[in-house]
Amino acid sequence: MLIFDHSSKGRGATAQFGPPMEPASDLPAEHLRSSPAGLPEVSELQVVRHFTNLSRRNFSIDTQFYPLGSCTMKYNPRGAHRAASQPGFLNRHPLAPEAQSQGFLACLWELQEYLKDVTGMKAVSLTPMAGAQGEFAGVAMIRAYHQRNGDDGRTEILIPDAAHGTNPATAVMCGFKVREVPVTREGDVDINALRAAVGPQTAGLMMTNPSTCGVFERRIQEIAGVVHEAGGLLYYDGANLNAILGQVKPGDMGFDVLHMNLHKTFATPHGGGGPGSGPVGVGQRLIDFLPTPVVGREPGPRFRWLDEQDIPHTIGRLSAFMGNAGILLRAYAYARLLGRDGMYRVGRYATLNANYMARQLEKKGFTLAYPDRRATHEFIITLAKENRELGVSAMDFAKRLLDYGFHAPTTYFPLLIPECLLIEPTETECREEIDRFIEAMGAILEEARTDPDLVRGSPYTMPVKRLDDVKAARDLDLALIDPRPAP
Amino acid sequence: MLRTIDATAKRNLTSHMPFVPHTQDDEASMLNAIGVADIETLFDEIPAELRSGRLLGVPAGISEMAMLRLMAERSAADSSGISFIGAGAYEHHIPSVVWDVASRGEFLTAYTPYQAEASQGTLQLIYEYQTMMSRLTGMEVANASVYDGASALAEAMLMGVRANKKSKSRRILCAGNIHPHYLKTCRTIVTNQQIEIDTVDWSEEYGTLSSSLWREREDQDYAALVVSYPNFFGGLDDVGKLTDWAHDQNMLLIAVVNPMALGILRAPAEWGQAGADIVVGEGQPFGIPVASGGPYLGYMCCNKAIVRQMPGRIIGRTLDQDGREGFTLTLQAREQHIRRGKATSNICTNQGLLVTAATIYLSLLGDRGLASVATECHNGMLALIDKCRVRLDIHPRFSGPVFHEVAFELPARAADVLAAMADQDVLGGYDLGEFDARLANCMLTNVTETRTEADLDRFVEALAVALKAVGC
Repeated sequence: MLIFDHSSKGRGATAQFGPPMEPASDLPAEHLRSSPAGLPEVSELQVVRHFTNLSRRNFSIDTQFYPLGSCTMKYNPRGAHRAASQPGFLNRHPLAPEAQSQGFLACLWELQEYLKDVTGMKAVSLTPMAGAQGEFAGVAMIRAYHQRNGDDGRTEILIPDAAHGTNPATAVMCGFKVREVPVTREGDVDINALRAAVGPQTAGLMMTNPSTCGVFERRIQEIAGVVHEAGGLLYYDGANLNAILGQVKPGDMGFDVLHMNLHKTFATPHGGGGPGSGPVGVGQRLIDFLPTPVVGREPGPRFRWLDEQDIPHTIGRLSAFMGNAGILLRAYAYARLLGRDGMYRVGRYATLNANYMARQLEKKGFTLAYPDRRATHEFIITLAKENRELGVSAMDFAKRLLDYGFHAPTTYFPLLIPECLLIEPTETECREEIDRFIEAMGAILEEARTDPDLVRGSPYTMPVKRLDDVKAARDLDLALIDPRPAP
Repeated sequence: MLRTIDATAKRNLTSHMPFVPHTQDDEASMLNAIGVADIETLFDEIPAELRSGRLLGVPAGISEMAMLRLMAERSAADSSGISFIGAGAYEHHIPSVVWDVASRGEFLTAYTPYQAEASQGTLQLIYEYQTMMSRLTGMEVANASVYDGASALAEAMLMGVRANKKSKSRRILCAGNIHPHYLKTCRTIVTNQQIEIDTVDWSEEYGTLSSSLWREREDQDYAALVVSYPNFFGGLDDVGKLTDWAHDQNMLLIAVVNPMALGILRAPAEWGQAGADIVVGEGQPFGIPVASGGPYLGYMCCNKAIVRQMPGRIIGRTLDQDGREGFTLTLQAREQHIRRGKATSNICTNQGLLVTAATIYLSLLGDRGLASVATECHNGMLALIDKCRVRLDIHPRFSGPVFHEVAFELPARAADVLAAMADQDVLGGYDLGEFDARLANCMLTNVTETRTEADLDRFVEALAVALKAVGC
């Protein structure tokens, strides 16, 4: 039932608003609303019950293991959530004077410092509102850098063909052409192909490390050398930062600019799609181009906003105010809870869990995409053989896992591995939970052998069975069309 | 001394591991299963010279209790009296239900609903949100949100250039009285694609766009016209005429609208003969705290004819294998995870949790509630204008109707007056001198339903004292 189906004319949650009022007489008639919009008319209890029941039709980290590769669905401490929900933070207007903002600014300044250390970069701007906006800021800075050097011929961004879809989309949004670089069978960037691809047209290379193949790019220094020699800059997609937190720094690998996904690595729950936060870090060459605002510190200490007057070559603003400020406070609180040793452990136990899971699944008969490599914080299995021999696809495995009470891993990504599942357990899952997942995978494999239709028809225990996506796209029903209330 | 600290830290590594559940036995048995001696071996593919030392720039960890105490102190330092600042972020009453329900773990800790069968709660909620936003604006379709109002406008400009079938122009004509930070954000985002933004100045008398100024841009081939409703000064432009003129000029009309105003003001679909083409704005007034600027939610609406040019996620209603109604992400061929370099935008993560809050908010308020809150805001603003006129001889800078925000003209620099008001714990508004040097003596002041009669009197008193303090 939709919330609109609970609606009855004349009902309302009337504790939330005053008695009916005459429309303001000073407003000219042509500016007045002509008829009610048709929002639901429901009681407060109906609202609570409807949305509480909707919430129960979701999987979530609080209720299920979520080994979703590349998404880092780990436990996000409630303490960080509570810290950001202090009344002084919630009620602070974004344009409040700096004198009334020192507590907030102090948190942000310190977070900038921590993130510099974690990534090995020279400066950080916290303002991008998600990973994709961080990518945008990073590539826009690369563009601004070449432009300022009068280097107008650099029109291409190189991207490994296994990259996240946001990478090519970002490059195009920044006005670049995309050239893909193949990845070897071992999961590394094909360095010969890279050498052949670079040239005076190269603006930069975007990559993740560990890569989207769930392995560490071993020749990263050589790659950096090739790109830098050609005059390009190196962009680090921080989607997989959880894997290397405290172990290795992108700045040391040779990257010039990066974004971090604070909602993956630094304690913001995913909220059914967002919000996120995608701060950018830069090496020396790009400091002048950072997006504004940035937080500066003066003696006292007194914290203040740095804007275009302070960073004259900035690529500019990315949001109306200060990005997803509340997410930054959560990240700060999380950093304080973990401290340096806690951060060091994140990468280590995320890696331990993934390697354990990979080996145990292999023992169950699953095929690892890169059996001779160490897993990083995630790894890939390919179900190409099962699909060929049993007619059970990666999607079927994913759907059947839902019946076993596990969220499915990422399916069909990266695109170059057929019938793949990208699996990321994160450091916050205990061994027993991981073992249960491995048992479930084993049981589904057995079902695929003995009763493949059972797997192909799954899931059975969800509120709905598999949905008709073709119908959804063909007969577009994107909003409830109802007779609207009469004017 | 250093050695002692290190020894302590080492002990803590195994005995105190916040959020990492592994016991020593777990670790040993897992390493054994992998067939390695220690965790360090798992990193042996990383060149040794790249391995980092300890993160000395990060302090040692603290307990939740200590962290919360620190954050409470910092938050208390920022708690300051009463605020009349609006300028794109508005403090409204947030019903208790909104965040009580939105903070349920099943909403808070769910991922993007790619696995539709396991995400029907989130998907149905977004479908309800899309329905509410399309009804409120009168448009046919809404997406599942972008980051904020400013980035929504940037996306709308890119969309407008793609969607305008009558013009290949890569130029946008933009009202000079939109939020200055929106304009800056748009310039950052769209200029990389060789899209140019021209602005039309506002009238000195009304603060609105005057027809003499906009008609100078006739026949110049723009892809779209952007207007703000209310405009940055809180005033109401002649959006009907502007819409018709834009369409006459083969431009699309992009409306930036405070959705709270739509509780009483004209829906953009009904502007002029044909209505707006793309409607965007800041959804923060719907149950989201001002919270230093985010997270908020950018909303985007359009008609079905151009929905394939819309960025971001869109939810559709469909049927499952048994013919039961269900909800799923649709038109994904627009999105980066499918189309990569050919996507309409690079957006991936959006503002899902804020959409949840806004949907609950709109369900609670309904049409009557929204009209009531919008009217109270408007009436409160009128009452403050009246008090300032009667008691202080202070008047709005521009003539013409306003919604819930006004530019007051002061006999001194607004920056000085605002500082003197802040000394009395009243944040009186936004210094319009930062927007335009011509308005250095103006402050932009907002009243919402949260401001009582006594609050308004406190504003007037603080302003009176401040004016004296700056020598007026």
